[in-house]
Amino acid sequence: MQSLRGLWAIVRKDLALERRSQEAVSSMFIFGLLVILVFSFSLDLRAESAVQAAPGVLWVAFTFAGMLGLSRSFIRERDQGCLDGLLLCPVDRSVIYFGKLVSNLVFMFVCEAIILPLFVALFNLPFRPALLAVVVLGTLGFAAVGTLFSALTVHTRAREVMLPVLLFPVVMPVIIAAVRLTAGLLDGSPWAEIMQWMRLLVGFDVIFLALCYMCFEYVVEE
Amino acid sequence: MRLRRIIPGHLLTIVSALFMAVALVFTFLIAPREAVMGDVQRIFYFHVAAAWTGYLALVVAFLASVLCLTRGPGRWDGLALSSVEIGLVFVTEGIVSGSIWAKAAWGVWWTWDPRLTTSAVLWLIYASYLTLRKAVQEESRRARIAAVYAVMGFAAVPINFMAIRWWRTVHPVVLESSGLHLGPTMLATLVLSVVAFTLLYFTLLRLRLRLQDAGDRIESLMRCPGGVS
Repeated sequence: MQSLRGLWAIVRKDLALERRSQEAVSSMFIFGLLVILVFSFSLDLRAESAVQAAPGVLWVAFTFAGMLGLSRSFIRERDQGCLDGLLLCPVDRSVIYFGKLVSNLVFMFVCEAIILPLFVALFNLPFRPALLAVVVLGTLGFAAVGTLFSALTVHTRAREVMLPVLLFPVVMPVIIAAVRLTAGLLDGSPWAEIMQWMRLLVGFDVIFLALCYMCFEYVVEE
Repeated sequence: MRLRRIIPGHLLTIVSALFMAVALVFTFLIAPREAVMGDVQRIFYFHVAAAWTGYLALVVAFLASVLCLTRGPGRWDGLALSSVEIGLVFVTEGIVSGSIWAKAAWGVWWTWDPRLTTSAVLWLIYASYLTLRKAVQEESRRARIAAVYAVMGFAAVPINFMAIRWWRTVHPVVLESSGLHLGPTMLATLVLSVVAFTLLYFTLLRLRLRLQDAGDRIESLMRCPGGVS
């Protein structure tokens, strides 16, 4: 119970900060939207090719926007000296990890909730409810590793550059699976065909959540 | 890792040089000329050996990183760093030799085949490891942060391979690495090459660890001049 209260306290803190300044969500959302627009312009505007590239564009937008939010997540803590305060709390280190993960997820979901309908409208795509499951699982995998790496890079020089450099190779399976699933769902492919990607996505999420949870305390300890 | 004490240094270097010489002789003179591709096929002996040694180095780096996290930095951090540096060189050699062979055998320098894509991702992960080490300012943290990244990176590789293998089998794969039927001489040459490269890895590792030790001693002397810390 202590852990859950600690977790909730961290989440509430981040949400309260965000509600007042709205830095993270607004910049993430605008950046995501910009990515989609830039891709729409730079790729051929003929209907068929645009639709073919659409799933990739969506996930590029999500990951780039997500990157913004993730990098800010721990940088803000460190710059204000909050990280030391968090470490002093009488809770397990993993609570900090999960608290941060949940707040990162909330920010990403809020952005995605706005970007996804726009995306569906812009590219004239059929909406499938299963898409939501894909977005949730993909974001979960991305944020799980991203939260850990955000804590990792907070002690480095050029931290904004380090996070994408470190994160992208490791979360590539998530991006591949998410794009394949999105494409499959939008094309109306039978479940049997894309089931393997769902398995990969879930497997990745489970494995890396566990791994990141284990590694987190090594990263933040003095 | 008291490698220096397990095998006397010069002995390792000499044996390694010997094996490399023998492997070279076998590769260029004794192994038969391949029927289909001709002499270009001889790259295969170095390509496989380099790739295998690269993976070995990265396994060593992973194990050293795990030990670094659980037992404390100490020598394990030095071992992890050395192994990643050397491993990166071997992986690069593997990729480059593979690319040359691909151009000769398939007509293209590169293809987004599962094995190659995984290799590219692997290369990126370990190059990032080195960049990360440079970027961490606080020495006390550097070992741990690098170790965590090495562990995560290593875990990502098999998953990556699976993802890419599924991805690429959706579309027909035109170019695939064919199963090679090796005659006894070719097999012997391959084994010799692999052994030679592995010995080379250990030789380089030993030298690099010695360099690391010297660097550490200099640093500790700089921190408290005139005495051992």
